[in-house]
Amino acid sequence: MDMLDFFPSSILQAADTSWQTVTIAQRASSAFRDHDLSGTIGYLLLGLLFTAGLLTVLGLVLIYAERKLAGHFQCRLGPMRVGWHGILQSAADGLKLLLKEDIVPENADKLLHLGAPVLSLMATVLTLAILPLSPTLQVVDLNIGVIYVTAVTSLGVLAILIAGWSSNNKWSLLGAMRAGAQIISYELSATLSLLVMVLLSGSLQLSEIIQSQSDGWWIWKSHLVGVIAFVTFLISTTAELNRTPFDLPEGESELTGGFHTEYSGLRFAFFFLAEFVNMFVASALIVTLFFGGWMPFYIGGWDGFNSIMGLIPPGIWFAGKSAFFIFLLMWFRWTFPRLRIDQLMSLEWKILLPVGFINIFLAALIVLFEWHF
Amino acid sequence: MLLTFYILGTVSVLSALGVLVCRSPVYSAMSLVCSFFCLGGIYILMNVEFVAVIQILVYAGAILVLFLFVIMLLNIVPTGESVRFNLPVLIAFGIAVGLFAQISGLFLGDIQFGPKDVYTAEAISEEGSIGLIGRLLYGEFVLPFEAISILLLVAVIGAVIIGKRRLN
Repeated sequence: MDMLDFFPSSILQAADTSWQTVTIAQRASSAFRDHDLSGTIGYLLLGLLFTAGLLTVLGLVLIYAERKLAGHFQCRLGPMRVGWHGILQSAADGLKLLLKEDIVPENADKLLHLGAPVLSLMATVLTLAILPLSPTLQVVDLNIGVIYVTAVTSLGVLAILIAGWSSNNKWSLLGAMRAGAQIISYELSATLSLLVMVLLSGSLQLSEIIQSQSDGWWIWKSHLVGVIAFVTFLISTTAELNRTPFDLPEGESELTGGFHTEYSGLRFAFFFLAEFVNMFVASALIVTLFFGGWMPFYIGGWDGFNSIMGLIPPGIWFAGKSAFFIFLLMWFRWTFPRLRIDQLMSLEWKILLPVGFINIFLAALIVLFEWHF
Repeated sequence: MLLTFYILGTVSVLSALGVLVCRSPVYSAMSLVCSFFCLGGIYILMNVEFVAVIQILVYAGAILVLFLFVIMLLNIVPTGESVRFNLPVLIAFGIAVGLFAQISGLFLGDIQFGPKDVYTAEAISEEGSIGLIGRLLYGEFVLPFEAISILLLVAVIGAVIIGKRRLN
């Protein structure tokens, strides 16, 4: 049994706060209803700018963070030259990638070679629009949010497969095949853990899933079921992101660079950016589903502590929690050795998937008999 | 609204034709993705977001990926050979024409489009389309639903048997 079960439930009950969520799309439509044309266009532009800005900032910050962390994990300093402690390094790298010669292999399929990086980035950008970063900072709040995220991220596989095939290079094709097989396999257990959380919160809408955690995060409230779902989800998203220990698709000692071997310049940058922003999307989903999203950390009964925690704005809470999980993913990369392909497949089909099925059954029982707090 | 429908519909039909016309199988598969996307857009216009997302998740995300896998593994190259009209092709053509005629007949006859009896737009927005679909699938249509799942199981077992037999 879970250790948390022995705690009286009052400790885990947080202070009751109701949150009013207003998305940018709602503001735009209410402005449209008031016949406020400039307001409507303004809010729509704001939504676009917000998504584009988020993409850029995430790209710059995450790439810098990865390089700096990689350095410190290996007892180096990481980038130090450009700006204070190398803080402008990613901007300089971005500029370099922009100015680099764009090489397309002679026998590549030109159209698909061009399209694949765009499709990859598109799959990522589409998810950014529905992430609830704070009660007021969300572009659209779809009532099918969770399935939308799974549907849109599954397009990334298509982009990778096409990139590998159109490059007309055997390493690229092998990398793409590995990536495809891996992502399709691990998507199953990721979706199963998502479904557990949907069962518990009774909604597919991301903002409502967060609202259902106002009296305690699901990781505390759902007994062991939530913890198992969290661990499965963490493992399978790491695999879906093609990050170490699951980075066989770009195993550099075997496949040079995997599916993006033949890409250079801006097109390579697109894949790179998509990979890093996907890491944020995965962390944001983990935070939303299991760790209360933008909710502050409350401890029941500790009023002084809770009021201090309540002072921190929800957006900061969300950013902080996501930053922690991004750090965790980067930590994995510099800690674990790469898996072998048969280990990878047996981990998914023989361990994670059966565990996921049992877990969803238990979750259904818990929800049916209302055993959770 | 209507303009969006016509744009999506045109692109969908054109890309569906592209599936047939394209020489390279990979291009055919990509046109199919495009067509599915436009269909998803049309479903969103009809306020059934769930069906739209499932359309993209299942077809573009899973089935098309399988198609691409097979195309890439078998390394099918365009031959440039045109279709010969032998007996199986003629039979298939006949069946296709018959199906098309039957479906057109349905649309020409007196068929009711839009929300039906209890499933009005208000009911859908009140309970959410997922809740209603779930209730229909596990209530009224539970027997066909289970029959389909048995059919799929049979297909999976058949595929395994065929694959294993060739190995031996």
